Amino acid sequence: MKLLSIMFIVFTLAVLGFSTYQALVVAPTEQTMGDVQRIFYYHAPTAWVAGLCFFVNFLASIVYLWKRSLNADALALASAEVGVVFCTIVLITGPIWARPVWGIWWTWEARLTSTLVLWMIYVSYLMLRRFAAGSQTPVLAAALAIFGFVDVPIVYMSIRWFRTQHPQPVIAGGEGSGLDPAMWHAFLWNLLAFTCVGIVFIATRYNLQKLENEVEAEHAQLALRGSAR
Amino acid sequence: MSALSVTKATLMKDLRMEWRSKDAINSMLFFSLLVVVIFSFAFNPTAEESRLIAGGLIWVAFLFAAVVALNQTWARELRNQVLDAYRVSPAPPNALFLAKVLGNFLFVVVLEALMAPLFVVFYQLRSVGPVWQLVVVALLGTWALVVNGTFFAALSIRTRSREIMLPLILFPISIPALLAMVDATTMILNGDGTPSFWLKMLLVYDVVFTLVCLLLFESVFNAE
Repeated sequence: MKLLSIMFIVFTLAVLGFSTYQALVVAPTEQTMGDVQRIFYYHAPTAWVAGLCFFVNFLASIVYLWKRSLNADALALASAEVGVVFCTIVLITGPIWARPVWGIWWTWEARLTSTLVLWMIYVSYLMLRRFAAGSQTPVLAAALAIFGFVDVPIVYMSIRWFRTQHPQPVIAGGEGSGLDPAMWHAFLWNLLAFTCVGIVFIATRYNLQKLENEVEAEHAQLALRGSAR
Repeated sequence: MSALSVTKATLMKDLRMEWRSKDAINSMLFFSLLVVVIFSFAFNPTAEESRLIAGGLIWVAFLFAAVVALNQTWARELRNQVLDAYRVSPAPPNALFLAKVLGNFLFVVVLEALMAPLFVVFYQLRSVGPVWQLVVVALLGTWALVVNGTFFAALSIRTRSREIMLPLILFPISIPALLAMVDATTMILNGDGTPSFWLKMLLVYDVVFTLVCLLLFESVFNAE
């Protein structure tokens, strides 16, 4: 198991190195945006990983409520924390890209606003975990996680409607149409690399949480034995 | 006891307690009055401007005021270990939850009915669109806030600094409902047509989250 995880980390680092080379050197420079477009190779993959993390958090929360296994709760916590980190990266790289291309740091456009609301929902999840006391934390957190995930499509729908029915500056943000094959290449390598990074982070945090749970259980046992004596 | 009689008994008890003490309604009324006055100082709007921002003002005031009542929902039951007694009784937890939601719903609707004339006077409001649509928005929107708020109040009483926790977890989830209420109200006040999309969205939000609450309440209620 240990060997396997070390091998996976080495593999992740190798892919990350290669994908960085692909994104910064091999991929052609975008015609109108210039080099700043290369942030796309970080922006989009991290957004994907954040979404993946929140989905894992949702599944793990359901499994926790169903089976009451502390390991599922550890996975929910790990994926929410990593998801918030990646979502923060999305929210930081976005404005850095938007400033030179759109001329503004931020606009209340549907996708940006939805991402911000998503981030807020999961930050509130982490705050609830921090403030909740003792053994009931996993149940409360799992309930909130399900609320949060159910809310995501509703948030997206409502903000989309809110934004499209009001006049707004026209935004040329679409990168999907006609991506150069070399760009696709770099993008897919980065997608793989960051997915691996996300998995490594979640796995590490999951193991740490499992250790913490074990230590806590051990403490409880010791306290019980101490009082019995 | 059937679920219905539990709901009815709890609801009547809460209404009677509220009728005698008037704690929740008084604090909500005064709180939203303060918000109305402070907003008026902060933005100093003309009649024309206030029609454009009134939707936002009204709902932000009611949202903040509702939190005051929601925080008291379960805290009241913590004294004398009422919740523990309820937990060991065979009564279904969802019946208790529904009673609390209905109680809060009534409190907030009464608050809205009492505050609406004040908004009209202070902000010189006059609705261009039909007023009955505002009532529909208010009922659907209040249910959206109150059903999730009651559930999250049950979460937040289990935490340290419980009064702070409720808005922190309630507001992010409520953003779509708030958006729908604010935008629908603004549309009706300005006569921009029927906000049918927002009404449908509020209805979907209400149905979805009422179901999620009923599915999850028992686990949260019995969490130890």
